[in-house]
Amino acid sequence: MPYINGIGLISPQKTVDTHEFLTEIMEYQADFLKCIEPVYKKYIDPIQSRRMSRLIKMGIASAKISLMDAGCDMPDAIITGTGLGSVEETEKILGEISKDEKFLNPTPFIQSTYNTISSQIAIQLKCHNYNSTYVHRNFSFENGLLDALMLMEEEMAQNILVGGIDEMTFNHLQIIRRVGQWKKEPVNNLKVREYQTPGALAGEGAAFFTLGKEKTAESYAELLDVLTLFDIEQTTSIPDVIERFLEKNNLSRPNIDLLILGVNGDIQYDPVYYQMSNDFFPGVPQAWFKHLCGEYYTATGFALYAAANILKRREYPPIMQLNDLQPSSWKNILIYNQLRNINHALMLVRAIS
Amino acid sequence: MSQRIFITGTGIISCLGNNLQENLASLLSTKSGLGKIHYIKTILKDELLVGEVPFDLDGLFDLAHINPSDAYSRNALLGIIAAKEAYDHARVLENPGIETGLISATTVGGMDRCDLYYHDFLTNDSRNSYIDVYDCADSTEKIASILKIKGFITTISTACSSAANALMLGARMIQTGHLDRVIAGGCEALTKFHLNGFNALKILDKSPCKPFDRHRAGINLGEGAAYLVLESESALKKTGNQPICELAGWGNACEAFHQTASSPDGIGALLAMKKALDLCGMKPESIDYINAHGTGTDNNDLSEGRAIETLFGSSIPKISSTKPFTGHTTSAAGSIEAILSILCIQQRVIWPNLNFEVPINELHFSPVKTLINNANLNVVMSNSFGFGGNDTSLIFKKTSNI
Repeated sequence: MPYINGIGLISPQKTVDTHEFLTEIMEYQADFLKCIEPVYKKYIDPIQSRRMSRLIKMGIASAKISLMDAGCDMPDAIITGTGLGSVEETEKILGEISKDEKFLNPTPFIQSTYNTISSQIAIQLKCHNYNSTYVHRNFSFENGLLDALMLMEEEMAQNILVGGIDEMTFNHLQIIRRVGQWKKEPVNNLKVREYQTPGALAGEGAAFFTLGKEKTAESYAELLDVLTLFDIEQTTSIPDVIERFLEKNNLSRPNIDLLILGVNGDIQYDPVYYQMSNDFFPGVPQAWFKHLCGEYYTATGFALYAAANILKRREYPPIMQLNDLQPSSWKNILIYNQLRNINHALMLVRAIS
Repeated sequence: MSQRIFITGTGIISCLGNNLQENLASLLSTKSGLGKIHYIKTILKDELLVGEVPFDLDGLFDLAHINPSDAYSRNALLGIIAAKEAYDHARVLENPGIETGLISATTVGGMDRCDLYYHDFLTNDSRNSYIDVYDCADSTEKIASILKIKGFITTISTACSSAANALMLGARMIQTGHLDRVIAGGCEALTKFHLNGFNALKILDKSPCKPFDRHRAGINLGEGAAYLVLESESALKKTGNQPICELAGWGNACEAFHQTASSPDGIGALLAMKKALDLCGMKPESIDYINAHGTGTDNNDLSEGRAIETLFGSSIPKISSTKPFTGHTTSAAGSIEAILSILCIQQRVIWPNLNFEVPINELHFSPVKTLINNANLNVVMSNSFGFGGNDTSLIFKKTSNI
């Protein structure tokens, strides 16, 4: 508990159609991966959508796809995680302010606040229920999920809409390139690990999940638990943290059928994943996903989409395979993601029994 | 789910003072902290009235005891100063071995530095060390690093209710057994970014704000930070701290009406207050004082006032907005006003709603006009409402028996 009953994902892959699961893979040679956006008029009144930023449109559309997928009209809570919020709108304001401080159009300011996505979804649904937004780098989405798990435990909610959403712009890419977080030149996304250079390939995405206390005939999987850990001094043993996390959920290492890692092609930090998985999970199938969606603060939304689909369909797309091993059963998937070896995040997903 | 949430430490910096004692002294002397802009470089400096913390960045580095050569935003420094005071007050360092988290709220984040360096970010490498301050998590991670908090840390942004939601999450994480002790609150520094943003929305009053007054004309923005230390019953047994009071109720609801305007009947405010009361099994008549959101805009005060009248009927508790003292400190308002509300319980006072003269036509109550002494307060409600209709209400209660 809770059950993942619906998913809406807008990503650089063809993920909008919930009946398909990574059947056709998009290959890019690019500075960063951009989302393949749906035709919004299916989800948003065109008169309204004209005034909305791209991020807000992606948020509303993925939220609606998720709710439709779950057959849920009115969630008991709406929670969004976004590491950067509305980069495009913020840049418009900063551009004007850093020049002569003359800006008279309040629309970018209104749309720049991080909670705009959650509140615009609420306005669309006329949903007066619990509404919150997490904005903590690569914890944003996981903290939203944790909030949802608590609301279920507190018996405050039956169905919750939780999402992770971030956008990338060329200006922002250029700024972050200065500090070495992104690859310096365009790369092939599917071969991103072969460059052996510092920096990741940037991406973006909007993933909303409808979590339910009750499972349905269409449920994907069960979200067992989530954990985030900040350790700037890097004194914590991550294997120990994982061990305790599994124990808390009455599991141990041999119960993990598949490990999904946040490997992104950055030679500075990918070894963190390889060391952990080789030392601690030898002989366990390992998957990756960031070559499909790029790196962004809420990229684990894509990983949860993948884990949920793998468990529901019992299909492990070859494009995700990081080693040659195949799952021997289809029960438990552990997702591990980290940022600079300081911000660690875990998610545990189980097949519907 | 009956864990009690004890408040054992508070820390605050605002235009009223650099710490709790200075803030208290200003409040008791009913002296507003609003004034002209001296330290933020903006073309609006002679035009607007704000609640500015009277230090430049170097002055804040001094107050925070941090080396000024490092890349800190004004926001992070304000946060560190207040969080450190709360942390010391609750003697966190002397009581290790208690699962402790940090939940901080901000929306504008490090925009004070981005205001200045954005052009450099785009064109050269001279300000690369400041690139990290762009996002909201930066100030939280800086606070966590200074206080040596590892494990659970997060950042919430729900505009002007952010810090109230941080406190609510802190209480819930204790109740659900995730943490035993939480440092929760928010920080927000004045920036050109949001001074101009609010100015473009035409909701800033150029003279001192007048919440709940018929002739109210808008907001004065403010800045600051405030953090509270929350402890579970088991943590309290270990620390031996004397609780200041309890966080007894919390409610979060959404207007789902408009991105920046409140609904005419204040549905979000009403639901948030009702949820907070229901959670702790209290009736409206238990509330002795409401520290209102009361921004001084036409829209908020009418909407909040109507919601209060709907919930409390004819027996409306004492109400005031303290924003004429502090300015509207946006993402920090929820925790700054939480501390101001708690001070009312502790000091047996009710803060006046400065600048109030004439009641709003459509409403049937007036806020408290002058400082009330010897007030016997047991239960106090604090409201925080934000853009996007993110409304949160908190209830603080005097601790009787432990």
